[in-house]
Amino acid sequence: MINLAWRDIRHAWSKFLFTGAGLGLLIGATMTMAGVYRGMVDDAKVLLDNSGSDLWVVQQGTLGPYAEPSSLYDDTWRSIRTVPGVERAANATYLTMQVRKGNADVRAMVVGTSTVSYGDPGQPGYLVAGRQITRGHYEAVADMATRFSLGDSIQIRRKQYTVVGLTRRMVSSSGDPMVFIPLKDAQEAQFLKDNDAILQQRRRTALNPAFNPPGQPKLLDAVISSQSTNPYVNAVLVQLKPGQNHGKVADEIKRWKHLQVYTRAEMEQILIGKLIATSARQIGMFMVILMVVSAAIVAFIIYTLTMGKIREIAVLKLIGTRNKTIVAMILQQALGLGLIGFIAGKLVATLWAPIFPKYVLLEPGDALRGLLAVIVICSLSSVIAIRAALKVDPAEAIGG
Amino acid sequence: MAENTGIRITDLRKQYGSGESVVEALKGVDLQVVPGEVVGLIGPSGSGKSTLLKCLGAVIEPTSGQMALRSELIYDGSWLVSDLRALRRDKIGFVFQAPYLIPFLDVIDNIALVPMLAGVSNTESRNRAMELLEALDVGHRAKAFPSQLSGGEQQRVSIARALVNRPPVVLADEPTAPLDSERALSVIRMLNQMAVQYQAAVIVVTHDEKIIPTFKRIYRIRDGRTVEEAGEGRLC
Repeated sequence: MINLAWRDIRHAWSKFLFTGAGLGLLIGATMTMAGVYRGMVDDAKVLLDNSGSDLWVVQQGTLGPYAEPSSLYDDTWRSIRTVPGVERAANATYLTMQVRKGNADVRAMVVGTSTVSYGDPGQPGYLVAGRQITRGHYEAVADMATRFSLGDSIQIRRKQYTVVGLTRRMVSSSGDPMVFIPLKDAQEAQFLKDNDAILQQRRRTALNPAFNPPGQPKLLDAVISSQSTNPYVNAVLVQLKPGQNHGKVADEIKRWKHLQVYTRAEMEQILIGKLIATSARQIGMFMVILMVVSAAIVAFIIYTLTMGKIREIAVLKLIGTRNKTIVAMILQQALGLGLIGFIAGKLVATLWAPIFPKYVLLEPGDALRGLLAVIVICSLSSVIAIRAALKVDPAEAIGG
Repeated sequence: MAENTGIRITDLRKQYGSGESVVEALKGVDLQVVPGEVVGLIGPSGSGKSTLLKCLGAVIEPTSGQMALRSELIYDGSWLVSDLRALRRDKIGFVFQAPYLIPFLDVIDNIALVPMLAGVSNTESRNRAMELLEALDVGHRAKAFPSQLSGGEQQRVSIARALVNRPPVVLADEPTAPLDSERALSVIRMLNQMAVQYQAAVIVVTHDEKIIPTFKRIYRIRDGRTVEEAGEGRLC
């Protein structure tokens, strides 16, 4: 038996190809949206993976350090280090800001990391060029997405740093590339005020009788000194010894140190379930709209193609073609169009994904789900055309 | 009805609407065409030609009367055949005013599609189609698409499609309307030739003055009734 759908597509291949390619751009946009969401989730996971931590110790009652501000004393790590099961503990600070290079600037997450010993949690796990930070000040390791090069001089607040190493796929949960600098520098960068602000603060402190009482001149000096240092970090990152129960150690730290501790699973839940949840819903809504638009376009195209063949359908019915053959023809054409669209969509999504400023992760599983969605959408979209075709009276082929 | 009568219609009636708005399109039509015969069905617009053709083609249901194909009663107040689609496919061939070929199928498959729909194998269907195309002198256009054919060639392909399942009756609705005199006569000649060769009863509905003298017998339809007349039978 002749496959009518295939013959029609083959006969008018350019019409189907161009229509399918147009549909493919829409499907490509939908797949890219899914890829953007997957990229955000992957960024969140990469952020956790790259920290090299098993537990995140943060300020009590906060979801820090990535989702909410958190502040801990920078000597907290010492006491955490003594908890049974803890292998390593290190301070970390996180601050998203503009990092300048010459006249240009890049939005980056500046990570203050321990430089005490190599392999401490929070340090970049691997480098693609250069070396790790070995000095206590003014060295930086940057993610390649910052487009910085080895030896570049970059400015963070008022200080200049030299890029000594480059890493890859070190990004924040919002996709900003990371720039690692020594912890002390990062603490200073977080709280550093400009000279005018420092003068203003000192003047106000001096005018406050509680800090500058008569006959106690050293008190004012002590207060001002405490104001000019920053003894806080955002989190303590903890690596556990092999075989440890993460939840048990976390409970231990919570109980004795009165701090909030998150395991990897909990931190993932915070990042994916809370931090990017609104963005995910936004993307989801957009994808739904794109799918509805795709369905409407497929329905319109198939309906138009079918209406253009009304006389042929009437003749087919008159010469004895069964309804199921006509239904199959329309359905197969809709699916053919969807398949062309899917292939074109997958192709363009793959081509343009690397150009996006944020990571776009096109997963094979999503492509498969997309294909199934295309099949369902095309099948449903052809219903209107099929109904119209089934209503065609074979008598229409006979004149009068 | 023991003899092979081709097609026989007795007192066929068709009413549209009901109550006071009823319109009687056919008021008792009698008609018989024997195998190998080509008859003309002529009449003015609104006389009931199209309604009769649709009834004969099992596209609409008459209100009353009898219809028999090859001595088999197919309508007697109601359809006696359960699958009208199969009846149309196997027992009735259609030739239209415009050829209405399927534009995305080549010539041979436009014809072979009909037996394929009846379950005949692809090879056998194409062999039958090719045989007809050769007989109608368009075998050399078997692989062409309808848009690549002239009007006359398209109509010959349309005749081949109507005959490919060897139907006992062929209904031709104004088959020569878009053609010039020479081509119109050529089409009628072919219909006569094919009617004899395939023993089909052919009814040609026409307004075309050029071809009316070619029929040996004519049914003139007026106000829903048919009158049989002898034709000139001048087919050169």
